[in-house]
Amino acid sequence: MYTARLSGAFLILLLAACGGEPHDEATQASSYASTYTPAATEAVAIVNATALTGTGERIDAATIVMMDGRINAVGADLAPPRGAIVVDAAGKWVTPGIIDVHSHLGVYPSPSVAAHSDGNEMVDPNTAQVWAEHAVWPQDPGFALALAGGVTTLQVLPGSANLFGGRSVTLKNVSSRTMQGMKFPGAPYGLKMACGENPKRVYGTGKGSAPMTRMGNVAGYRDAWIKAAAYQKKWETFAENGGEEPERDLQLETLAGVLDGEILVHNHCYRADEMAVMLDVAREFGYQVTAFHHAVEAYKIADLLAESGTCAAVWADWWGFKVEAFDAVRENAAMVDAAGACAIVHSDSGTGIQRLNQETAKIMASARRSGWEVTPERAIVWITANAAAALGVGDQTGTLEAGKMADVVIWDGNPFSVYARAEQVYIDGVLAFDRSNPEIAPQSDFMLGLDVEGGSGQ
Amino acid sequence: MIRTVTIFVALLALIGPVKAAEDVVAIVGGRIHTLGPEGTIEQGTVVIEGNRIVAVGEKIRVPVGATIIDAAGKEVTPGLFDAHSYFGVEEISLVEATVDRYQMGTHLTAGFDIADAINPDSTLIPVNRIEGVTRAAVAPSSTEGSAVLVGRGAVIHLGGGDDFITDRHAAMYAVLGEGGGALAGGSRAAALLALREALEDAQDWTAHRDEYDSRQRRGYVASRPDLEALAPLLAGRMPLIAAVNRASDIEAAIRLADEFRLRLVVLGGSEAWKVAPQLAAAQVAVMLDPLANLPASFDRLGATLENAARLQRAGVSVAFVSSDGHNARNLTQSAGNAVAHGMDYDEALRAITVNPARIFGIDRSYGTLQPGKLADVVVWSGDPLEVTSFADQVVIEGRIIPMTSRSTLLRDRYRTLDKAMRPGYR
Repeated sequence: MYTARLSGAFLILLLAACGGEPHDEATQASSYASTYTPAATEAVAIVNATALTGTGERIDAATIVMMDGRINAVGADLAPPRGAIVVDAAGKWVTPGIIDVHSHLGVYPSPSVAAHSDGNEMVDPNTAQVWAEHAVWPQDPGFALALAGGVTTLQVLPGSANLFGGRSVTLKNVSSRTMQGMKFPGAPYGLKMACGENPKRVYGTGKGSAPMTRMGNVAGYRDAWIKAAAYQKKWETFAENGGEEPERDLQLETLAGVLDGEILVHNHCYRADEMAVMLDVAREFGYQVTAFHHAVEAYKIADLLAESGTCAAVWADWWGFKVEAFDAVRENAAMVDAAGACAIVHSDSGTGIQRLNQETAKIMASARRSGWEVTPERAIVWITANAAAALGVGDQTGTLEAGKMADVVIWDGNPFSVYARAEQVYIDGVLAFDRSNPEIAPQSDFMLGLDVEGGSGQ
Repeated sequence: MIRTVTIFVALLALIGPVKAAEDVVAIVGGRIHTLGPEGTIEQGTVVIEGNRIVAVGEKIRVPVGATIIDAAGKEVTPGLFDAHSYFGVEEISLVEATVDRYQMGTHLTAGFDIADAINPDSTLIPVNRIEGVTRAAVAPSSTEGSAVLVGRGAVIHLGGGDDFITDRHAAMYAVLGEGGGALAGGSRAAALLALREALEDAQDWTAHRDEYDSRQRRGYVASRPDLEALAPLLAGRMPLIAAVNRASDIEAAIRLADEFRLRLVVLGGSEAWKVAPQLAAAQVAVMLDPLANLPASFDRLGATLENAARLQRAGVSVAFVSSDGHNARNLTQSAGNAVAHGMDYDEALRAITVNPARIFGIDRSYGTLQPGKLADVVVWSGDPLEVTSFADQVVIEGRIIPMTSRSTLLRDRYRTLDKAMRPGYR
């Protein structure tokens, strides 16, 4: 990283101190902000659990204390605080809430009809100006199903038709009337970028316009970053020297946010050689690729990913649906992990998101067969801590550590068993799902009044 | 794992005639899910001679010179059957030249014969057979074609060789519900009308073939290849597999099948649980994806993870299909999830073996571990339905399958990212 970074707060200070001041800065900051505040809860102590902490540890006979929405204490031989609700988890396993870094819930909701198709602004290869959150339908029945699978946080991304698909949003998987009511407080935005076949198929083959080839893809990224750097410079100059306020450009604002280090790059990319090129594009313009998504060939360049500190968010076994997905191996995540790079298991699917634990288990099994032993305490990191870090919320959630958000799942057995089911899910200490009490689970408006015997899905 | 045993030579007198060594395989010491009357044998042996199972049980002598597969501490099942695959007719989904699952542009494509397109060298076959899939129905697409009657499917085994297609014309496929409506001119009722019209044509043609040939019969909507393909369906020699999800559409399909005396099988069946008693009474089997619980369309609002369990409890025969043909290997995960949501364990195992075999009429020769059955056998590292288990060894028609695929070769090529690797992959 060799471009000087200005944090948002620092930029505002500069603006106030010496230079020009955007006339509606305050309005901009408060618009679209999270309105989510967790309900007040009593202290809860989960006792006698087998805990996978998300820090690489396993604690047997563990106690997990949740208080005021936060994890208060985790350890063996901890006495529950006086007055706490005690949940006996003997024979059960506890993990951090599961985090999916790649979801389209809300933007491609169920039922998947054209009227609901809000994930791909397929009109131009660069639509960095669109924000996924402006399309998220909080009534997507898929959110509740994901919750039953232990998912407490998810990143909702625009699709991959465009080189720049737009901004992602990170949500807590809480029920709300509004997107703002689900928005993860303080989470940074992501920028969805896409390599390879999709943009060139949609534009070159589909619309007869650029990009027609992977060459065109890369030219498209570079051209946009040049403009973004100029835009960033213009605002920096205005901040320092004042003068006429530059005109806002939504597209360049998002890209400049990446160059400023405030917006994280989530790059859909399958082929090893393309990922290597994308790391060079990032080097040229001084940004970091936070994660390659899908990354079917990550195992071929796990060393390069480790060097650049870029995560590979992958499936367990999807393959063959297009040429760039032909070289899949089931051990991909394990090989990335073994090389010291950051491995994440993601879903990109409304059904897959319900079983990220099982998807991870399949990778563990394949890895064991092939000579890589992956322990449960290690594998859980791929769908909790590593995912949280890639979303820029690793200091808030993703592990069972004192001070973190109390996003916790109690499983009725080893979560890496096909028979295990999430029994209770806590989000910020609030019991959001309880398999023994259907009243607690959120139910979408959409499912009301349908003859589906107690709600769909479960 | 596999060794040729000579130490049993001393027992020769007890064994009787010596079989040709290369021809005999014994899977020894595993927990055997026979799925037959023997139930589950806690520790037993399966003996294979040629392409058939000749003995299964606790106290089975291992023939001299047999190739031994040590299954101690492991579990043994019949090879898995993917009831709705595209093996050999779809290599890379977005490369159209490799996709041979449908025919566009005609009113009906009942005569479409997928067996003519199947490529036994598809990479999907090794990838899936090393995970336990040994047999499959290769089906025309129920979402990409242009006709309500899609065509005929075939049954194959995944062991290679010239005889890999075991039934060229195993089933007729149709699309009803919203998909059928879209193909038939708008309404789902039009899909039923188109189907009925074709069946009536075929009935008439079957009874008056000579008059038709001499142009003394009325014209048909169905073409000559369609009529020929529909005759065995009307004669009850193949099932009609109808892609249909909404409860009311399933009921309409049952009525139509009753009218024409067809052996109906429901494919998809998201809301089948709502009409389980009717399905049981009509002896209609359901091929479903146990993981498909999203209300993904207005025909599937009643989708639930408990579909399989509810159908099973109502006495409906259930077979599992994968939503992703490249990953038929995930059938065990699907079955495990069905168990986690209330299905009986053995029934879940049957839903990926003997139940589809019954649908496609091959249950006499395959689907259970019993003497006389074709020797499709899988040795699993543990519980076959558990996601942390894997297939340790696969046998198809008595042949020990090499446990490699394009995917395992790639894995091994990049096992260590050594810059000094041979040119081509450094």
